[in-house]
Amino acid sequence: MSRTSLFLPLGLFLLMAFMLWRGFALNDPHELPSALLNQPLPDFQKTRLADGAPVARQDLLGTPFLLNVWATWCPTCKAEHAELNRIAARYAVPLVGVNYKDDGPAARAWLARYGDPYRLSVVDEDGSLGIELGVYGAPETFIVDGDGIIRYKRVGAVDRRVWEEEIRPVLQNLGLPLEEPRA
Amino acid sequence: MNPNLLKALLGAVLLAFSAASFAAIDTYAFETAAEEARYKALIDELRCPKCLNTNLSGSDSPISADLRRTVATMVQAGKGDEEIRGYLLARYGDFILYRPRVMPATYVLWFGPALLFLLALAFVARLVLRQRQAEAPAPLSPEEQAALARLSQAVGENSKA
Repeated sequence: MSRTSLFLPLGLFLLMAFMLWRGFALNDPHELPSALLNQPLPDFQKTRLADGAPVARQDLLGTPFLLNVWATWCPTCKAEHAELNRIAARYAVPLVGVNYKDDGPAARAWLARYGDPYRLSVVDEDGSLGIELGVYGAPETFIVDGDGIIRYKRVGAVDRRVWEEEIRPVLQNLGLPLEEPRA
Repeated sequence: MNPNLLKALLGAVLLAFSAASFAAIDTYAFETAAEEARYKALIDELRCPKCLNTNLSGSDSPISADLRRTVATMVQAGKGDEEIRGYLLARYGDFILYRPRVMPATYVLWFGPALLFLLALAFVARLVLRQRQAEAPAPLSPEEQAALARLSQAVGENSKA
């Protein structure tokens, strides 16, 4: 055996160490890269949670907005709700809810009790809009720009850090005046 | 232990852990057996997006039930396998496919094993060739060749006798 081939085991070891390091460095295997990024918001014909009036994709477009998928059966939705209320109260960004696979009366009672940060909530009783949006676990939050293109997606709760470091910069890039909190 | 009993036990254990025994029980009416077979094949090779390592057929999560319904509806509507896979791929990304697509990011996955096998083969071949060389007798010197000729002549005469 030549001298250089003596280094073969070391090389193999380093290769394996690198692969394992890469593998374990994936911080959350649950976090799927979104297939919908930079894709148009899917078309839909649904109703509004508040009064049952019809609402469609075009009704939402115009300015960038946050689309938040929530449900009363989802504990994490409750955890992020205070932050959504804070955002809605302090910043000039419209929030649109998608009430995902939920019970209408329960959802209305929930909003009455914990506060309603949404301009409106779209009722997705059968989860079909959820499938169109690639939703696999509520809560999920999307940023949709004025033309209806999805610019950001988050699976999991929105908290202060996520708002400051991820969502707010994207909204500002889209031209929303978020520097000055609303009085 | 009785080998038949052992086989039966092994069979029972394997059955208990087979994917089919976990399969969800929702029924969809298909017009043909072929459609049903396609549905079953699809939900077996599509992955539940909420769970890390379960296919749609093996998962009890609500999202899997919804996706099974979606697949069933699309099969009933006469959509092709590729169309159905593409539909879910566009919404849930590559994660949903248990059989990854062939693309630069998956070349290592697809061709790595074959490459490793070829490497191993080359390594073994080299080893064997060297071994053979070491074992091959050194060429005979002129004296040895002469001795060999004398001996074989002697043997030849003996066998004639």
